[in-house]
Amino acid sequence: MSGYFKELISGTKSLFIGLGITGKYFFEPVVTEQYPHEVPVMKPRFRGHIELIPDEETGEPKCVVCGMCQKACPTGCITVAGEKREGVKGKVVTQYILNFTTCSLCGQCVESCKFGAIRFSKDYNKVSERKEDFIYDLIKRLKEQS
Amino acid sequence: MPEPFRVILFIVFVMAFAGLNAAYLVWCERKGAGHIQRRIGPKEVGPYGLLQPIADGIKLMTKQLFLPKGVDPVLFMVAPLMVMVPAIMSFMVIPFSETFVAREVNIGLLMIFAFASVNVLGLLLGGWGSANKYAVIAAARCVSQNIAYEIPMLITTITMVMVTNTMNLNEMIRSQSGWFFHWHIFRLDMSLMMPVAFLIFFICSLAETNRAPFDMAEAESELVAGAYTEYPGMGFGVFFMGEYANIVIGCALTTILFLGGWQAPIPFNPAGFLGVIWGLFWFFLKLYALIFTVIWIRWTYPRTQFYELLNLSWKVLIPFSLFNLILTALQIKIFPWL
Repeated sequence: MSGYFKELISGTKSLFIGLGITGKYFFEPVVTEQYPHEVPVMKPRFRGHIELIPDEETGEPKCVVCGMCQKACPTGCITVAGEKREGVKGKVVTQYILNFTTCSLCGQCVESCKFGAIRFSKDYNKVSERKEDFIYDLIKRLKEQS
Repeated sequence: MPEPFRVILFIVFVMAFAGLNAAYLVWCERKGAGHIQRRIGPKEVGPYGLLQPIADGIKLMTKQLFLPKGVDPVLFMVAPLMVMVPAIMSFMVIPFSETFVAREVNIGLLMIFAFASVNVLGLLLGGWGSANKYAVIAAARCVSQNIAYEIPMLITTITMVMVTNTMNLNEMIRSQSGWFFHWHIFRLDMSLMMPVAFLIFFICSLAETNRAPFDMAEAESELVAGAYTEYPGMGFGVFFMGEYANIVIGCALTTILFLGGWQAPIPFNPAGFLGVIWGLFWFFLKLYALIFTVIWIRWTYPRTQFYELLNLSWKVLIPFSLFNLILTALQIKIFPWL
């Protein structure tokens, strides 16, 4: 019988504690992000599709067309081409195509790059109905950004 | 105003009130749920999402009304009405203010409980007529739940009738006039267990109106939508409106029986038209505070298991309400001058 009353009192008390918690939350500010109206800032380790890193002085891509990323890619979604130019050490990249439809964001290309020329971008809202929209010309993208 | 016109006007008012209440309580519910879970809730349709209920209403009304295969056509169509009509009828005797009442019936309390028991019949018929196993399970649960909770509720009501000596709702409120400590919930001289009686009555009114944490009739995560599973468009809409109207009636009854109805917490009652407004203000303030509590409770507690629910009624609420009844009878007998 004493167990009955003990349970009753502790149960009632816990109910009021529960109400207190939700009542407190009711007056606290909201924590959700209003997505289309508020654009989130991606965290540093977010993996978007890759992008070329520009040289800080010239603004040209740091890529020397060694082709390591192309070799490292398990799905073969990177196509790199370059040419030799006068007065420039190594090759200059002329074409860097990423076929994002087959990319699995594994990051092998970023790992394999010895020159620190590619990194993950922070783009997350890529939507299209056409397949061609996901074949990115990263050199063009770099020029548009700068 | 001549009598028949007054009543007709009141019926129109009550129907508009029930409809608007259902619409905007859904909005309050969603906003409340949002803020309790630290979200915003509806905000896109109109300022603060205020047009959301209208958009939802249009969506429900434009849906096709059809009879699923195998249902009982009469029961299926009548069931939503059996939830809605008694609720509207009950509004007829609720005094919103001292003179703002359609009919001051001497047995108003009895009438409300008589109509409230039809509500569960509507759910039972709807569930049964749907020819759907989830709906039948929900209907069966709903009936056993309502039977279990009607007993403590009625015993508590008998206690209140004993202390006020009337079933006229307006008389009950008049007996609580004066300062707020004359409200029945604080009248420990009438019964030492008045606050407990208030809690019992409030819990039972939650269970009677099938609100969370006692929402066995709907139980959307276990029984699809319970008794409402097969209902298309406005068939569901009418059930929904009836449910919210019942919540308003439950809270109104709690206000009238325990919180002094339209009585202000201070002994000040202006005469004439101002008095009506004054009464309405206090009545609705108390009513909506209780409704807010109902919403608050819904978003705080998870749904109880069905056996726990029956245990609560038979092992806790009924013994306590019976004890309260005896205690009140003794107090009335021993201290008859109070």
